[in-house]
Amino acid sequence: MKQLIQWGSFILVVAIFGWLLTEFVPDYYQTIIAICGINVILAVSLNLVNGFTGQFSMGHAGFMAVGAYMSATLSTLLLPALGFSGEMNVFTQNLLFFGVLIVSGLSAGLIGFLVGVPSLRLKGDYLAIVTLGFGEIIRTSILNIEAIGGARGFIGIPQWSNLYWVLGLSILSTVIIARVVTSIPGKQFMAVRDDETATTSIGLSTTRIKVRAFVLASFFAGVAGALFAHYYSYLNPSTFNFNYSFQIIAMVVLGGMGSLSGSVTAAILLTVLLEALRPLQDYTGVDLRMVIYSLVLIVLMLTRPQGIFGRSEVTDFFKKRRSRPHNA
Amino acid sequence: MKTKKLWVVAALVLFSVGCKSKPKDENEIRIGEFGSMTGTEATFGISTHHGIELVIDEVNAKGGVNGKKLKLISLDDQGKSEEAQLAVQRMITQDKVHVILGEVASSRSLAAAPVAQRYKIPMISPSSTNPKVTEVGDYIFRVCFTDPFQGKIIAKFSAEDLKAKTAALLIDTKSDYSVGLAEFFKKTFGELGGKVIIEQNYVGGDIDFKGQLTAIKSKKPDIIVVPGYYTEAGLILKQARELGLNMPVLGGDGWDSPKLFEIAGKSANGSYISNHYSSEDKDPRVQAFVSSFKARFKEIPDGLAVMGYDAALVLVDALKRAKSLSGPDLKDAIAQTKNFPAVTGLITIDKDRNAAKPAVMLKIEDNNWKFATRVNP
Repeated sequence: MKQLIQWGSFILVVAIFGWLLTEFVPDYYQTIIAICGINVILAVSLNLVNGFTGQFSMGHAGFMAVGAYMSATLSTLLLPALGFSGEMNVFTQNLLFFGVLIVSGLSAGLIGFLVGVPSLRLKGDYLAIVTLGFGEIIRTSILNIEAIGGARGFIGIPQWSNLYWVLGLSILSTVIIARVVTSIPGKQFMAVRDDETATTSIGLSTTRIKVRAFVLASFFAGVAGALFAHYYSYLNPSTFNFNYSFQIIAMVVLGGMGSLSGSVTAAILLTVLLEALRPLQDYTGVDLRMVIYSLVLIVLMLTRPQGIFGRSEVTDFFKKRRSRPHNA
Repeated sequence: MKTKKLWVVAALVLFSVGCKSKPKDENEIRIGEFGSMTGTEATFGISTHHGIELVIDEVNAKGGVNGKKLKLISLDDQGKSEEAQLAVQRMITQDKVHVILGEVASSRSLAAAPVAQRYKIPMISPSSTNPKVTEVGDYIFRVCFTDPFQGKIIAKFSAEDLKAKTAALLIDTKSDYSVGLAEFFKKTFGELGGKVIIEQNYVGGDIDFKGQLTAIKSKKPDIIVVPGYYTEAGLILKQARELGLNMPVLGGDGWDSPKLFEIAGKSANGSYISNHYSSEDKDPRVQAFVSSFKARFKEIPDGLAVMGYDAALVLVDALKRAKSLSGPDLKDAIAQTKNFPAVTGLITIDKDRNAAKPAVMLKIEDNNWKFATRVNP
């Protein structure tokens, strides 16, 4: 019963917010909100690996690319071949999109597994380099497949993604990951981060735990990729280069490694910042956005090296208040 | 804690600056331009921007179009396709532009075109040659020729100027560009009485072409056509001359790089390529453009600058003829462009919204591009 109410209120909130945003907010801001949502999913899922499990992955954009291209192949090439094409009613379209999202997530998860099993035996810098390499391998492979557009890019993807989907899924994935890291198996992730030797000594396979975190993160990256593909309705392999991976890492580090609230905040902050600086070009004449963006990163890292939130969460703030009412 | 608040405030202030909607002046025509002003392909965006700027300033100095001044709103897409899309959406919904100019790279034009099409705002690409770009919809135009079109031009030049009767083709089978160009060359060359007597294939990245070239040598064609990119073309030229094949070799704008000379050396001499324009063209319009560009920017305009200039010229011409500044009216006006005298020749927008226009043939002499002739379609 409690679960039913939770799900009901979740859907209601998404429906109301989605409707308000699509009806009353200019299209351009809607797009920015959608990008924020997609980046939130990416940052939160990467935090699971980089923050909570303490493994430095630099190939997140690669898994996103797998999801994005998988979903585009399904909706643009496979489904029309099965007879689902042209105008269809809202219900079938969204049901199909749900299926596409799941399959894309799973395929990214599978690739994550294949990459993770050999590479997660490595530590620190080595792992970072290997994941970076795999991310580039994925991108270069896509670049060379003519059927999905190659270097020209994938065109004609239906615009199935919308603010309802992006909002719903960004909230859902944040909640799922929050539940995972607070659960008992989730504590294993943090155990690996804090002391790998101690974790091994109580009979846990650290590689297995790391792979689990990696696969879960890849799944969500794949879902984010599918949302991305169906929002932009165009894909180009160059989008998913290591710069994108670094951008997601910047969000995780800036927000605080091991803080989901931090990842959400930083993802929104960095996405909005880049767009909010655009009008500056009218005054300066040249595009200074990347300069300011980088400056913000440097200043924040110098003044708060642990990230905006460190390892704390927004919810901790309320809990502390409640437990220490007289101290303040 | 205090610094955190400060940052939040700073972010909010910046965001509200971004939100502030400027009152839209009814007495101006807003032209949006998006391009790669920064990033790895920055020269493409900047050259195009210079070309467009020149037109806007010239027109405004003469009092604008129908009494309205032109206002150029240019946004940088950093050479990223998703940025290109966002920039176009911003220009349409926030800056309320009437028309859009951009992009150079086909991939970014392809990313942005669906947005322009959805909002019914015409978009003119100065130099995206991939045929797919204008297939997006009836609001998407271009003022350059397409990849396959060059095949036609090369065929015409070979048959009429070089008086070639037989030709050999050496095609990069993995590239859309090469295959499309070869197909149109074959068709037009056949129509003009020529014959392709041998066709050989290679794949981009190959190094040794002696096998294909020996096969070609045995057939003794008048010319060899290599519709590919400069790296392979350079190697092919070198190996062809080594094998004693001394007939002219022809290619498209994919050869246009100084790297070609580095690879081929002296072997490149005597070959021809088709291209958008040549700064040596004696045509008075070309020379006028080159001198005014030089005066303003202190450099010789490259191909992208001239295409930006022409795109803006075609647009200004359409603005003069348009019934109103609404998207559909502007689209009709651009589509009706016929024999418009631009720098790169008379431009006619065909029913597929591509430009039918002359191309120039350049001859390689002493490792330099020399203007050979202008070929009309």
